[in-house]
Amino acid sequence: MIKITSRNKKTIAKVLVFFFAISSFSSLLIYAFSKNMVYFYTPTQVSKKEAPLNSHIRVGGMVKVNSFIKSKDSLKVYFKIHDLDQEMNVTYEGILPDLFAEGQGVVMSGKLSKDGTFVASEVLAKHDENYMPPEVADMMKEKNGALYKK
Amino acid sequence: MNISKIANLKFFYTKTRKISSFLSAFTLILFCIGIYWGLFIAPTDYLQGNSYRIMYVHVPAAWLSMQTYMIMAATGFIALVWKIKIMEIASIQCAPIGAFFTIIALVTGMVWGKPTWGTYWVWDARLTSELILLFLYIGIMVLYSAYSDKRQAIKITSLLAIIGLINIPIIHYSVEWWNTLHQGPTVTKFEKPSAHITMLLPLLYMFFVFNMYFLSILIKRMRFGIYMREKNNKWMEELKND
Repeated sequence: MIKITSRNKKTIAKVLVFFFAISSFSSLLIYAFSKNMVYFYTPTQVSKKEAPLNSHIRVGGMVKVNSFIKSKDSLKVYFKIHDLDQEMNVTYEGILPDLFAEGQGVVMSGKLSKDGTFVASEVLAKHDENYMPPEVADMMKEKNGALYKK
Repeated sequence: MNISKIANLKFFYTKTRKISSFLSAFTLILFCIGIYWGLFIAPTDYLQGNSYRIMYVHVPAAWLSMQTYMIMAATGFIALVWKIKIMEIASIQCAPIGAFFTIIALVTGMVWGKPTWGTYWVWDARLTSELILLFLYIGIMVLYSAYSDKRQAIKITSLLAIIGLINIPIIHYSVEWWNTLHQGPTVTKFEKPSAHITMLLPLLYMFFVFNMYFLSILIKRMRFGIYMREKNNKWMEELKND
């Protein structure tokens, strides 16, 4: 059978000390850099001026229902995104991903202009963790009005 | 039967010969059932249509990539402290299996990401930490091959495996700690899973199949590892002559 001798104890202690030293080191590192590890800002953070102006950033949120306007003679689109608290205007020129729709999540990269509008250079659709058959989705729609409405 | 008997390399090598082939065949049948269930029986998603079906490979592969790592680190720890040969072999043979699961998870994720997100790759916390996991596996394999004394090598790789354990909670909680493009967990959370039961069941089944695959391939690789280590020993020579 496996026995724990004093020699084993020494090895275990060494490994544990080493592991905790490295893990506390890396957690401190992650904690210190966590502000810079933000992949995207939310409209609330932007409204609090936490996002830098005139530099390339990412902003994510839900596309507001009934806010999508498409230009007639170009690929320019205008829409609003929100995070259930604040909302902001977005302009974008280009092709949108298939899953882009009002009520769906998006993550965009681009720049903030002075008037608070976000000029996106890339729009990615953020998918949520919900999976269901269309019939179930229809049933939920009937029950709740719409799936994703503010 | 006590532990020292199972830990005996010759015992393991001779006893697992038949089990190994049986497990592989069994896993293949289970896998075919799972793929049919996931690709044909499970309903289409209300939003993604059929493209979500890639999760029946992606999600179990990603779970197994982390689970294999934890097994590698645990067996590595036992090998480091008690110097049990079979644990040394189990630990190092986990590395290529885990790397394989990680590559499957990354590639299927990219294939799914293009039509869903609009891009193959983003440097968000989830994707980056999973890529680091792949580098950890590769690092452990390279480190092991760099030593000619394999018992010395296993001490170093076990230690690296234990240190790398920090990455596992980072991968798992990355979607909750930071804003990521990758969505939050569907199944592994305290609330009710956010997948409909008809879609969840094949996923859980595929998780079981991937575990069976892991077990069968680990036994095969451990037999290979034992052979490589013991090929010049008397008992292996005798087995070869049989």
